[in-house]
Amino acid sequence: MRNPGASLVRRRAGLRETAPVDAAALEGVRVSFPGGRDALAGLDLVVPQGRVTALLGPNGAGKSTTVAVLAGLLRPDAGKAQVLGGSPGRPEARRRLHVMVQDDGLPTGAHATEIVRHVARLRGAPETAAPIIELFGLASLGRTTIRRLSGGERRRVSLACALVGHPDFVILDEPTAGLDPRGRAIVWEAIAGLRASGRSVLLCTHLLDEAEALADDISIIAAGHLRASGPLASLVPGGADAVTFDGPLHLDVAGLVQALPEGARGEEVSPGRYRIEGGASPQMLATVASWCAQHGVQPRNLSVGGESLADVYWRLTEERGDHT
Amino acid sequence: MIAQAGFELRLLLRNGEQLLLTLVIPVALLVGITLVPAVPLDAPAGAARVPEALGGVLAVAIIASAFTSLAISVGFDRRSGALVMLATTPLSRQAILGARALAALAMVALQVLLLALAALALGWQPTASALALPAWVILGTAAFAALGFALGGAVRAEATLAIANAVFLVLLAVGGTTFPASELPGPLATVVSVLPSSTLADLLRWSTGTVGGSATALVVDAALVLAWGIAGALIASRTFRWR
Repeated sequence: MRNPGASLVRRRAGLRETAPVDAAALEGVRVSFPGGRDALAGLDLVVPQGRVTALLGPNGAGKSTTVAVLAGLLRPDAGKAQVLGGSPGRPEARRRLHVMVQDDGLPTGAHATEIVRHVARLRGAPETAAPIIELFGLASLGRTTIRRLSGGERRRVSLACALVGHPDFVILDEPTAGLDPRGRAIVWEAIAGLRASGRSVLLCTHLLDEAEALADDISIIAAGHLRASGPLASLVPGGADAVTFDGPLHLDVAGLVQALPEGARGEEVSPGRYRIEGGASPQMLATVASWCAQHGVQPRNLSVGGESLADVYWRLTEERGDHT
Repeated sequence: MIAQAGFELRLLLRNGEQLLLTLVIPVALLVGITLVPAVPLDAPAGAARVPEALGGVLAVAIIASAFTSLAISVGFDRRSGALVMLATTPLSRQAILGARALAALAMVALQVLLLALAALALGWQPTASALALPAWVILGTAAFAALGFALGGAVRAEATLAIANAVFLVLLAVGGTTFPASELPGPLATVVSVLPSSTLADLLRWSTGTVGGSATALVVDAALVLAWGIAGALIASRTFRWR
């Protein structure tokens, strides 16, 4: 199949009729920039309500253009865009949808916490500023102007601005770019918190582990088209059904399979890389580990999973030469 | 929009370079022009020069705040994405730009106050025509703000910085502001006399008590300032880009 994403979109489109209000939906959206390049070339995208959707794609795939369309900042040249049941950028959408733009979007002369309080006030919810300032550890930055903050600090202020108020739907464009591990953990927690409270989230990211860790659904776009879309498990075939590990060359796979429950199949998929299929479970993992121990084998990268999201991402974004 | 305008004004008042441009330079100019006879005004020296000097410097102050400072801040806020961020809040586009113009107007009010106080200290005696001052100040601020949006909303931030400052310096030197366009050599005087800087300065000079200038001339000046403002607004509405 040339484009596995297309059928998934159709399935999703069918789904939409039974679940009428997605947080956002794009249908055949085209955005052309001067010079004739299509930033979006008929993009279909669904952001279901109450879930975290990761939007993945290489640089120039159209992620930020998608964000601009959903935020009502850019009018599509063709196609339909819907946000929270109406047109993007209308006052109700601006009130309920909060957007963190990619390049932070902070006035450089403002103080770190001042801008967070100001945005909270603009959203009619000044009381939400203090907890967010605390959550993101911004209090100590207090009167430092934005232009004196490090990139990571600016990212945190920008995210805080996106989260103050009472959003129903949050779009985050690369929220962890340039953050240190601790900063990243704080952002991940915040996104998990949004999900737990039933908010819809569209997370644009380059980081596949971030998408795997946080997202319910994943959409992969490249060259302005949707290439694949759906829950993680549907994108990664056999995702939860195989145990893989690295070890010495040419282990006795048949012997290993005998030690496993009925129905298990094993294979050395590439030299020193082993894949055991058929009902991956903690029990199977334990059996593989103990078989290795009995045979003096040190299994490396022992994990449950089949083709990784990274494999899928590379396959879908590379096959048409999107990567250079 | 008021909250946003207040926020913008706070940022303006915190920015040292902007204060130099908008407050320090105009006051220094007023004192300088009054005291230095080399600037060609009608009155040769002393307190008699204040009304004419004040009118011109008020125009300079308005250009500094409403045009130069506004265009530069719009240019850089476009580049940083700050305008886009604001556009994702409940503020409408009109409110975002309106707040910016309102903050400029508040800044201009502060400049007018400061310059008026300095002029009084130099011996200025306001006449009844000073009552028209607020109207010309608002008209001039609106017109130059429209031109500022046209520049800052369409050109790259660095280019805006360069152009806005260059335009400011040219208008300061030969824009019919610090001294009337009629003092310039022939053809230049004709060109400059229709510029918004020169026409606005003429209106302000009349208000500060400079003798001369017919009612017709005032109407023509006001119409020209308005026309420049409308032209700026039309250009901005077609070319303004949020990033």
